Amino acid sequence: MSRTVFHNARLIDPASGLDAIGGLVVEDGKIADAGPHLLAEINRDDAAVIDCQGLVLAPGLIDMRVSTGEPGSEHRETLKSASRAAVAGGVTTIIVMPNTDPVIDEPSLVGFIRRRAEATARVRVLPMAALTRHMAGEVMTEIGLLKEAGAVAFSDGDRTISNTRVLRRALAYASGFGVLVVGHAEDPDLTDGTAVNEGEYAMRLGLPSAPAMAEVMIVERDIRLVELTGARYHFGQISTAASLEAIAKAKARGLPITCGVSAHHLALNELDIGTYFTFMKMKPPLRAEADRAAMVEGVASGIIDVIVSSHDPQAADTKRQPFAQAAFGAVGLETLLPVALSVYHEDRADLLHVMKALTWAPAKILGLESGTLAKGAPADLVLFDPDAPFVVDPEKLHSRARNTPFKGRHFQGQAIKTYVGGECVFECGASA
Amino acid sequence: MSEAPQPILLSSHLLGIEGLSVGEITALLDLADEYVALGRAKQKKSPLLRGRTVINLFFEPSTRTQSSFELAGKRLGADVMNMSVRTSSVTKGETLIDTATTLNAMRPDILIVRHQNSGATSMLARKVDCCVVNAGDGAHEHPTQALLDALTIRRRGRNFEGLTVAICGDVLHSRVARSNIHLLAKMGARVRLIGPKTLMPAAVARFGVETFTDMREGLKGVDIVMMLRLQLERMSGAFVPSTREYFRYWGLDREKLSHANPGALVMHPGPMNRGVEIDSAVADDLEVSLIHEQVEMGVAIRMAVLDALSRGLPAGERTI
Repeated sequence: MSRTVFHNARLIDPASGLDAIGGLVVEDGKIADAGPHLLAEINRDDAAVIDCQGLVLAPGLIDMRVSTGEPGSEHRETLKSASRAAVAGGVTTIIVMPNTDPVIDEPSLVGFIRRRAEATARVRVLPMAALTRHMAGEVMTEIGLLKEAGAVAFSDGDRTISNTRVLRRALAYASGFGVLVVGHAEDPDLTDGTAVNEGEYAMRLGLPSAPAMAEVMIVERDIRLVELTGARYHFGQISTAASLEAIAKAKARGLPITCGVSAHHLALNELDIGTYFTFMKMKPPLRAEADRAAMVEGVASGIIDVIVSSHDPQAADTKRQPFAQAAFGAVGLETLLPVALSVYHEDRADLLHVMKALTWAPAKILGLESGTLAKGAPADLVLFDPDAPFVVDPEKLHSRARNTPFKGRHFQGQAIKTYVGGECVFECGASA
Repeated sequence: MSEAPQPILLSSHLLGIEGLSVGEITALLDLADEYVALGRAKQKKSPLLRGRTVINLFFEPSTRTQSSFELAGKRLGADVMNMSVRTSSVTKGETLIDTATTLNAMRPDILIVRHQNSGATSMLARKVDCCVVNAGDGAHEHPTQALLDALTIRRRGRNFEGLTVAICGDVLHSRVARSNIHLLAKMGARVRLIGPKTLMPAAVARFGVETFTDMREGLKGVDIVMMLRLQLERMSGAFVPSTREYFRYWGLDREKLSHANPGALVMHPGPMNRGVEIDSAVADDLEVSLIHEQVEMGVAIRMAVLDALSRGLPAGERTI
């Protein structure tokens, strides 16, 4: 029986509301016990005891929105390289998007992702499957079989299903299996061919733009479809104050709706595009400052359930283009924790609350056993220093891609050690 | 011209009007006045840029801007090379960086760039060692057009302070409109935009301009009417129902022009769509139309820009 003991840690367990100095015992990859009561019982001289020196020990992060290039464009990112980035950022579970080549719309492809992850990745990789075949928004996938094969949720990635009837039927069918549908809210007709958020800055730059309203239009439509079908529905990431308001109302009415926000949309606004900096080009686009502030408020109030990285690695050739032609997307796995912690450092929410959006909330939405320090839960843990300075250096990222929008920015929060199933998979400063 | 010319521009590129000061704009206009005189003399050439290489790099077809820059470079004694790059949808942006680095290796002194994407020129400026002039990038800026428009207005004895200028038509897709809005606002003129709402950018009011849908109403009290080309090739959807409806409401004819101030002058960056945005009777009326003067001023202003940028070029050999 393998046993590891963490001592003198600031235990943060959003599931139970625990925030106290204490100890944690791991046995056979699972959490055997945790709490302040363990402080006295531990023999500090034992070799298997790790003195955490008061740093935070929390459930490992669960990132609900990660794109890799595997299969199909491994030059961007593989499951292996993404997992390297993940553990460096304290992330122990990644939910991977189905928007690969081929699209994950077949049970055998779900199996492929799981086998590749098993063989190469250091973190838990949970595949999402497409909601419609080829993510074309026309014909629903084999939701039941895909679920059996291991798909944890269904999504057409960053495509909005424009045909309301198709979506209605997919949601109705999905609700029969109790599966989670993850939607993307951008009116496809309004946003087609555009690159940025409509407004003064877009006009100054002369870039094709779509109104922020294009998001809430779909949010409101999808809320009505949830009302109609009873499907469990999660907005993968929202970015506008209007969407937040619509979702708050829907939640108040008791609809089974949750939502996420990307770390990028918590920390950046449209002005960060500067002089056509293509690393700032993402879907949905960076919004006005009032919308960014609303996203922080939404996390603080809990209307926004989860914070995601929206990790989307892009190779240099697709980013080194004129802005309108450049690819969308930014990497984010390694910056997720420090960027999310800025909500705590800016006194907008306490540490427990921010950590909940990164651990327990996504675990609950996805029905996972992890995301908690409860007895019997998998020992997926992150030991981190919430105050340590974190300066984003693209050269030091573990991801295969370098397209971080945070180059040179200063944050606080650094993962020191990351454990998956009780096994240490990352140690800060150690060679990867 | 004096022995040691004074620097005019702070930057080694001319990428837009937005970054220029009133002083820089005025100095460029003053310099261009000298080149207007030179252009009207029998001996039109100056040896100022002798030995320098100027490359016209046009990713978007253009006849008048390209020939205007070519003539400006040649009158200043530079070796001018024209490159028209056809961009296929497959290779598009890749061509830009590749072409830029290739051309850079040929050690040009000044690169004049037109590209269909906003920001392409500034991206290119970061990749090369020479001076870059933006000859129009997407819907962003076309600085030499705004400068030549300003020169034309100024040479007609109009003072920018207190001047009311109406910019009419497809503002949404127009780099000419953006550069002119920046320039006219900096110089103290009042700017109005007139056109259908589908061709007005959102948040345009944040530019400190007034907007009008009704052209007759918008032209009241206007001294200068700047018409924009209805850029049919840029229309990604139906912004206006038909050209005849467009002409009916936003095409400049004598009747609509009569609502402007007496003595109001008409400008157009060309090429004109006669019977779409402007009636021939107005376009060809030399009493009100400045369209031919604009072309002449174009050469002078581009000579001034090349002159100003060359003042920042190293006089000796480049080591790298």
